[in-house]
Amino acid sequence: MTWVLNNLEQIIELTLVHIRLSILPIVVGFLVSIPLGWVAHRYRHTRGLILTVVGLLYTIPSLALFVILPPVLGIPYTSEANVLIALSIYAVAIMARSMADALASVDPDITQAATAVGFSSWRRFWTVEFPLAGPVLLAGLRVVAVSTVSLLTVGVVVGVGSLGYLFTNGSQRGILASVLAGVVATVLIALVFDRVLALLGLWLMPWTRSERRARTSIVDPSRSATA
Amino acid sequence: MIEFRSISKRFADGTLAVDGFSLVIPSHRTTVLVGSSGCGKTTLLRMINRMVDASSGALEIDGENVSSIEPVALRRRIGYVMQNSGLLPHRTVIDNIATVPRLNGVPRAQARARALELMDTVGLDRAMARRYPAQLSGGQQQRVGVARGLAVDPNILLMDEPFGAVDPIVRAELQQELLRLQRELGKTVVFVTHDIDEAFLLGDQVVILEKGASIAQKGTPAEILANPASDFVASFIGAERGKRALHLREVDGRRILVDGDGAVAGRLVEADSA
Ligand SMILES: Nc1ncnc2c1ncn2[C@@H]1O[C@H](COP(=O)(O)OP(=O)(O)OP(=O)(O)O)[C@@H](O)[C@H]1O
Ligand SMILES: [Mg+2]
Repeated sequence: MTWVLNNLEQIIELTLVHIRLSILPIVVGFLVSIPLGWVAHRYRHTRGLILTVVGLLYTIPSLALFVILPPVLGIPYTSEANVLIALSIYAVAIMARSMADALASVDPDITQAATAVGFSSWRRFWTVEFPLAGPVLLAGLRVVAVSTVSLLTVGVVVGVGSLGYLFTNGSQRGILASVLAGVVATVLIALVFDRVLALLGLWLMPWTRSERRARTSIVDPSRSATA
Repeated sequence: MIEFRSISKRFADGTLAVDGFSLVIPSHRTTVLVGSSGCGKTTLLRMINRMVDASSGALEIDGENVSSIEPVALRRRIGYVMQNSGLLPHRTVIDNIATVPRLNGVPRAQARARALELMDTVGLDRAMARRYPAQLSGGQQQRVGVARGLAVDPNILLMDEPFGAVDPIVRAELQQELLRLQRELGKTVVFVTHDIDEAFLLGDQVVILEKGASIAQKGTPAEILANPASDFVASFIGAERGKRALHLREVDGRRILVDGDGAVAGRLVEADSA
C-alpha cells in the first residue's frame, strides 16, 4: 500500500495513457466492422470467407503481430502506431462477426415493411437496420472494449507505456504491489468502459428500455380507452 | 384505376404463384382479394407497389405502366398496411406515422403535426404519441399502421390481412372503423384476406381466388351470394350451410329467418321499414 501511495502519480499517469491508447482501436474496430459486416450480411456467400479471414487474424499471437507489422508498414518497432494497429486488427476481428450477427438479428419482416413504405436501401440501412442491430452490436463492442484494455498491457514489450509497465517493473524488481496495482487499474478501466458503453446504449436506444417495460405497460388503463 | 393484364409471376425457385391474372380495380372503391392460404394474394398485392415484379404481363396504375415508375418513388405514394403492423420498433407512434412524409422531405414539425391529426382520424388517443410500438396492444398497433398508410394521403391503400392477428372483437371494431374511413376518404383500397365474411363486409368488389391466383368469381357480395359461379365458390362462401343458408319459418304469423344451424337470425321485414 505504501508503494502505491508513493508511486500514485506514476500509476495515475499510466492509467491515463492506458485509457487514451485503448480508445482508438475500439473506435477503429467499430468503424471498420460496419462495411465488413454489411458485406457479409448483404452478400451471404461472402459471409463465410470474411468471417473466417477476420477470425484467423484473431488467432495471430500479439507478439508475432508486433514483429510482422513494422517491416510491412514501414513503422518503427517501438512505436505507439505498431501497438495501436495490432490492437485495431484484433478489434476488427471481433467486431466484424458481431456486426454480421447483429444485422442478421434484425427481424426481416421489419426491413421488408420499411422497403414497402418507401425506404431506399441506403436509408434503410442507416435508419432501420443499423439502429435495430444496436443491442447485439453493443454486446460485441463491450467485448472489444474489455479485450482491448487488457491486450494493451502487452504493448509494454515493444516499449509502449501503459499499465503493462507496472507488470514488468513489478516482476523484474520483485514488487508485488506494482503488479497488483497494474491489475487492479486495468480491471477498473475495463469495468468503467463497459459501464459507459452500456449507459450509452440505453441512452441511444431508448426503445430497448420500453421493450423491457412493455410487458407491464400493456395492461395500463389507457389501453381500454381506444381498444 | 389499377389494371392487371395477363400477369404471371414465377419465383426464382420455380413456383408459379400467379398464372395469367387479369383484373380491373376501380378507383375510390374497395376491392377485396380473398382466397385460401398460398393462392397468391400477397404476391398480387405486392406487384402493385413493385415489391414483386411480374414475370410477364402488364400492370397499370391510371394508365401508367408500373414497370416504368421507380420503385422507391412508387412505394412512397402508395399506402401499405400489413398484418403485423410492420411498424418500426425503434420509433415512437408519432414518428412511425410521420415516416413516409419524412422520407419525402417534409419538415419534422409539420410531419408530426399531421401525424397527430391522423391519430384522431384512426381513433387513437393522442396521449399515445410518444409510446413505442411494443407498448401498444395489437389493435392499437394496427391503427398506427393504418395511420402511417394514410400519412401521405395516397390515392391507393394496399392492405394485406391487416386485421388478421387481432382478436375477433377488436377486428370487428377495426373493420367498422375502416368502413367509416372509406366513406370519408374514398381511397382505392385493395384489401387481402382469407376471411370471406370480412371480404363481404368490406368489399365493393370481391374477387375469389383459387391456386395460382386464378379467379373463381368476381362481383359485388350480393352478386356472388345470389349466383355462385361454381361449387368451389358455393362452398367457399358457405352458401349451403351455416349462417349464410337462411330459411323462413312462420311463428305466430310472423316470418322468422333461421340459419343452417337452426339458430334464429332475425325477422323478415319490409325493406322500407328497415
Ligand atoms: N419469394 C418467394 N419465393 C418463392 N415462392 C414464393 C415467394 N413468395 C411467395 N411464394 C409462393 O407463391 C405462392 C403464393 O404466395 P402468396 O404469399 O402470394 O400467398 P397468399 O395468398 O398471400 O397466402 P397467405 O394467405 O398464406 O398469406 C405460394 O405458393 C408461396 O409459397
Ligand atoms: Mg399473404
